[in-house]
Parts: sequence; structure tokens; C-alpha cells
Amino acid sequence: MKAKVHVTLKTGVLDPQGKAVAHALESLGFSGVRGVRQGKFIEIDLGDQNPGGAHARVDAMCRQLLANTVIEDYAIDIVD
Amino acid sequence: MQTAVIVFPGSNCDRDVAVALTQATGRAPLMLWHRETEMPPLDLIVIPGGFSYGDYLRAGAMAAHSPVIREVTARAAHGVPILGICNGFQVLCEAGMLPGVLMRNAGLRFLCRDVWLRVDNTETAFTRGYRPGQVVRMPIAHNDGNYFADPATLDRLEADGRIAFRYCDAAGTVDEADNPNGSVRSIAGIVDDRGTVLGMMPHPERAADARLGGTDGRILFQSLLTVLA
Repeated sequence: MKAKVHVTLKTGVLDPQGKAVAHALESLGFSGVRGVRQGKFIEIDLGDQNPGGAHARVDAMCRQLLANTVIEDYAIDIVD
Repeated sequence: MQTAVIVFPGSNCDRDVAVALTQATGRAPLMLWHRETEMPPLDLIVIPGGFSYGDYLRAGAMAAHSPVIREVTARAAHGVPILGICNGFQVLCEAGMLPGVLMRNAGLRFLCRDVWLRVDNTETAFTRGYRPGQVVRMPIAHNDGNYFADPATLDRLEADGRIAFRYCDAAGTVDEADNPNGSVRSIAGIVDDRGTVLGMMPHPERAADARLGGTDGRILFQSLLTVLA
């Protein structure tokens, strides 16, 4: 079982890196890019543990370490 | 007066801080490795600048959960003064000892130069050697110094006088033109609600010797000496 975690900046928090990437795409000729938000993708191998508590455990991991909830949101996807 | 400097893998200002502390107190600090969980009675703990654990995940995030920081947190709860400089400020925020977070510089560049700072709170053990509103010069050297907190937290910091240093011009005017990294409300350093934990991005230890270009930082270490000795 694996957990796939996406960590992204909260709406309203400026993302200068995303903005720079958007400008770079524009200069490469990709028109129509309305915005870019950059984040992190973290994959956690959870072994064979009980799937019941997996989401709650990964949620605790996100709150304590993987995301800084002052500026970041996270989304958890548990997959087999 | 016994001081200590925390050393992480990737710390790179620990010895500069040790020199400044030795100059101010006449006694060398203890250098405490990140795995330490026991320490003698201390009058001051400094978390120095650098790139602890390679800035993995987020600057300061890994260090904030290291064994030594658990002990530092316990000492802070007993009122032992804690000074976090640059990466040390990032560690204090990630550890929840100070509010907010230090994000990537708004201009996306590593900044390494002198800045002007206005001392906005001279009531703390760290800053009482400065005059209120005094304009001082210290170097910055960081990639992630862009302080951010939500408006309610910022209003509380302002109302409680917890903003110790702000970026400004040579005359002490705080404006966006003299804000090097995009920090909200030009914040360069804050204290906790008791005023005994200070986090700041500029490096006072790099401005503690005239031969190295300035002595404005030395006042901070001397302030501590006056209060704690």
C-alpha cells in the first residue's frame, strides 16, 4: 500500500517559482498558460499495514512534517 | 555565563557565532551536536545559520524535529533565551517556537549583502543595548528569508511589539524598495510572546568585529551579557 501526497501552496500565497515557470513556458511559445503553481509530490511506501488507519496516519505525517500548514495545503491518495 | 551553539550537519555559521560569543562573554560556548539530548544548565542557546540537513523538504524542517531541538524547546519553556540566526530562525519557525514561516526570496535569488535594519523593540534581552528606532547595518545571506504569516498573526505581533527588526533604508524608513526578500511588513526578526526567543535573518555575528566590516551586531551579544551575566 502506498500513500501519494501532493503538497501545494495555499491559494493567496504568492508562488514566485510558479510565476517564473509560467513566464518560461510563455517564452517557449506555449500560449494560453493562465497560471502555474508549483508543489511537491511525495510517495510513501506503507507496507502491508491495515488500510483502515492509513489515511489518518498519513494525515498526521503531513501535519507534523510533510507540509507547513501556515502556507501549504496537502492532498492524500491511498493506493494499493 | 555559559552559552551553547547547536551544530547540525550543514551548519556553517556555528564557528562565527562561537567567536562572537567568546568575545562578548570571555568564555567559549559549548558546541552541541544535533544528536545531543542532554545539556548542562545554560544561559543562552544559539541556533546558527547554514543549511541544516541540506534544507531537505523545507529550510529548517528536518532540524526542527531533531533530538537536540526537543531539548532546546524544553529549555525555552523554562525561559532560557534562544537566538536563531538565519537558518536558526527557519528552524524556530518550523519547530513552532515562533509563528510564521520563511519562504523562498521573492526575487528567487540567493542574497548575500549588507542591509539596514531598524530596531523596533529594545525591551528584549537581545536588543536592549540599541536605542529605540536605531538604524543598524548587518549582512544577510539567504535563499529563504521571505517571512510570511497570516494577517491576524501579524497584527498580534505588531500589537505586542514582537517585531524586533525591520528592513529599512539608511535613514530608517521602512518601504518596499528596501525590503530585500519580500518579507511581509518588512519583518527581519521577531520574538516569542515572552520575548526570550529571537529569530532573525540578518547575521549579527558577521557584524561583531570592526576588521570584518562592522560592529552593530556586537551590541546584540553585549546586550545579552548585560542581562544574563
